[in-house]
Amino acid sequence: MTLAAWGLALLQALLYVALAPLLAGWIRKVKARLQNRRGARIWQPYRDIYKLFGKEARMAHTASLLFRAAPYIVFTATWLAAAAVPLIATGLPTAAIADVIVIAGLLALARFFLALAGMDVGTAFGGMGASREMLVSALAEPAMLMAVFTLAMTAHSTNLVSVVDHQLASVDLLRPSYLFALAGLVLVAIAESGRIPVDNPETHLELTMIHEAMILEYSGRHLALMEWAAQLKLLLYGTLLANVFFPWGIAQAADVGALVLGLAVVIAKLALLGAALAVSETVLAKMRVFRVPAFLNLALLLALLGLLSHVILEVGV
Amino acid sequence: MPTALSCAGFAIGLALLSAVVSLFSARMPRLLRVLATPLFSLAGLAALTAGLIALVNGDVATAELPLGLPWLPWQVRLDALSGFFLSVIGVVSFAVGIYALGYVRGFEHGRDSLPALGGFTGLFLTGMLLVVLADDAFLFMVAWELMSLSSYFLVAFHHDHPANRRAAFLYLLMAHIGGLAILLGFGVLASFGDGFAFDAIRAAELSPGWASVAFALAFFGFGLKAGLVPLHAWLPEAHPAAPSHISALMSGVMLKVAVYGFIRVVFDLVGQYHWHWGVAVLAIGSLSALLGVLYALMQHDLKRLLAYSSVENIGIIFIGLGLALLFMATGNEVLGAVAFVAALYHSLNHALFKGVLFMGAGTILHATNEHDLEKMGGLLRRMPWTGLFFLVGCIAISGLPPFNGFVSEWLTFQAALQAWQLESGVLRSLVAIAAAMLALTGALAAACFVRVYGVAFLGQARSRPVRRARPAPLSMRVGQGLLALLCLLLGVLPTTFIGMLNAVPQQVLGHGLSQTTAHGWLWLTPISPRVASYSAPLVAVALFVTLALGLWLLGRGIRRVRRCDAWDCGFAPPNPAMQYTATAFAQPIRRVFGLLFHIDESVEWQPDGQRRHRLQVSDRAWELFYLPVMRVVENAARQVTRLQSGSVRVYLGWSLATLLVLLWIIA
Repeated sequence: MTLAAWGLALLQALLYVALAPLLAGWIRKVKARLQNRRGARIWQPYRDIYKLFGKEARMAHTASLLFRAAPYIVFTATWLAAAAVPLIATGLPTAAIADVIVIAGLLALARFFLALAGMDVGTAFGGMGASREMLVSALAEPAMLMAVFTLAMTAHSTNLVSVVDHQLASVDLLRPSYLFALAGLVLVAIAESGRIPVDNPETHLELTMIHEAMILEYSGRHLALMEWAAQLKLLLYGTLLANVFFPWGIAQAADVGALVLGLAVVIAKLALLGAALAVSETVLAKMRVFRVPAFLNLALLLALLGLLSHVILEVGV
Repeated sequence: MPTALSCAGFAIGLALLSAVVSLFSARMPRLLRVLATPLFSLAGLAALTAGLIALVNGDVATAELPLGLPWLPWQVRLDALSGFFLSVIGVVSFAVGIYALGYVRGFEHGRDSLPALGGFTGLFLTGMLLVVLADDAFLFMVAWELMSLSSYFLVAFHHDHPANRRAAFLYLLMAHIGGLAILLGFGVLASFGDGFAFDAIRAAELSPGWASVAFALAFFGFGLKAGLVPLHAWLPEAHPAAPSHISALMSGVMLKVAVYGFIRVVFDLVGQYHWHWGVAVLAIGSLSALLGVLYALMQHDLKRLLAYSSVENIGIIFIGLGLALLFMATGNEVLGAVAFVAALYHSLNHALFKGVLFMGAGTILHATNEHDLEKMGGLLRRMPWTGLFFLVGCIAISGLPPFNGFVSEWLTFQAALQAWQLESGVLRSLVAIAAAMLALTGALAAACFVRVYGVAFLGQARSRPVRRARPAPLSMRVGQGLLALLCLLLGVLPTTFIGMLNAVPQQVLGHGLSQTTAHGWLWLTPISPRVASYSAPLVAVALFVTLALGLWLLGRGIRRVRRCDAWDCGFAPPNPAMQYTATAFAQPIRRVFGLLFHIDESVEWQPDGQRRHRLQVSDRAWELFYLPVMRVVENAARQVTRLQSGSVRVYLGWSLATLLVLLWIIA
């Protein structure tokens, strides 16, 4: 692993931070267009974050130190998880440091502190959000692991770079396990990044909130970090879908041309995914909270079917 | 005598001395704190030293004790496997000893018997140390019973509560049923070998049928002691009833002694591997892990919750052991060693973080006399150090990086993901399902401990004593902090510690982990760097550096943040009663997994027109397993009472008939 590879890894990590608000802005823009509105410009999330950083952060009397530390921990853990997912190129030393189980672990660490921060002030909504978030994650996290395990077992490696390389090299992509895992991961990505029909990032209707309920008490730079971390998580799941299931176009060599092409391709793929998400959010309505477990059980079932169809049908054939 | 073994002997001597000294504490209550407890702690340190020497040197030391029966002297042996478990017992006992310096002070002015507490604690440690050192079935069983009996008296320590007496009796009963199965298992093994010495048993040639019988007996006996589902129902009754530092020892260490017994008998003494054993262990382990955590989620008594979470972690350990059996039986020795090491590492990790958590529960109990989560809240601000260490324990037990619980779960996953190397499609899918259940368990454990920490330590106090809690004395913080620090160390430097562990699979399975530690202390690579790698030090460094950078850039020192009322969507200022309770937090999960619990929920109308909501979630193991067995036993007993005519002549007749039958059988 050379210096160039580490530089590339750092560049990708910074790209994640830079691109995350853009994806959120793009989805909002497409959604607004679909609803016959002009909508805010797609740079709006950057402005929001900038504005929040400039504002004063305030805390409730009952908040403890954990409340102050949580935004930093949540942002850092999410960012590190993202840094291990190949974005524009595969030659990534960070993928060896943190394999896909570590990525899931880091996301779980972020969620752990997010939920604790929700409970810290001692309000009714914070606890409600934390309780629901842990329900969603309790079902979505195993589904995500199963879906990725399916690919990891196919590639005989949990290192995401190896998985992507294996995907690129394989000829018969339309395996049943691949389709099941893809379907499972799509559902998980929707649930984990708090989108309709599981959660609505734009709602402040008290009884339907999940993610918003946990960060209700945050303001200023703390809120900015929490929002940014949520956008990073959305980008992470988008990249996971785009690059692990459809890896074509990703740079395999570290020359400038390939990297620029890789960046262009991944932005195109993410724009497509974002548009698809905007369409589905426009068409679908948010579910009742107690319908969500059924949705997630479906994800879990699909992912497990993917894993089982791999170990039964595809190994040793 | 070799040094490691003499060090272990020294540890046993100190533990016994601690027990003897405690006997005098009836007259001088201070003796327990000033002399007996430090001796106990030193015994732990000596055991840790002995274990580490044995692990690092990797040689086997044996000795014959001048005790036991004339023709059956007791033999002890210290090899890598005993060395590892000796260190597990030692490190937790050392920390518990320090913690107890402050904790037993609370008993000095009470009515509880101090000699009983100190004496049985010393004997308990002696028993556990002797179990892992024993090299013949006779000494093993004597030590096992010493451990079970002395811990019975500790469970019954607060015997003025009827519930505790009941729990203690249940514990005694279960310990003896388990002990009986283990004894029978040794009987099967010894009858094929030449005597009770483990060397003779190891040399014996067993037919697969008898080997399976011995395996089944050992699995039942040790599984009962370890608290595997569906035999677990006694565990959450018994462990919380003991004083908290004893609960830490029972859940953290004694369960590991049961794991040790299982490994010693199945992997070492029987020495055969059959795939159906692996399937049985894997299935029971996965079931224990999942049901353990789900039941833990439903508890609101903190110590009971922790006891259920022990069931979960024992399940994870047995998933590792089941995978090891499965891979060994199918000839994949490298993978067997990976799964085996994952199980060992989780045993050590669980001992550490469960120690931290039980000590935390003890500190809360000590400061507020409260064990119900629903009455706690806001304790982080009242006792910041205990809160910090408890948080470390919660993160570690939830299996989150960069702490130690994550490493052992990661290794278990890595072993399970190699299922494609198995020949049989059925076995492959079983392993895949076990991996899915492990993933579900991990996510639910995180939910469970967010709930515990959020309700107990965050928010606002829900009762008066909790609102006025005082920080714990220094010794309690030190004892707890020591284990919390080890949780971090074992999570950040796993390769170093696993390298030390490597002697155990080499000795037991005859195959070590050649690749795991081959790439320096930075990299953990169980099979090969291409298959999977995890660099815990780099992840931890990246986490801390980025965090520090973020705090420096944005926090700009510790800026004062202006305080205000909680917003809460503009409703009335929140009060403690408006917070989410522990029961409310778990309600969605109770609803999703409702079929697995026995839920008794009702709304009663009070005479004054108010309504009262009752909710009782109980363990299905009672109605599905314990109660039917109890009914069968009672019926059998009722049948037997027909013999009880009250006439001596009839009894003599029965005795004569039995004697004749026995003579006929022998002849």
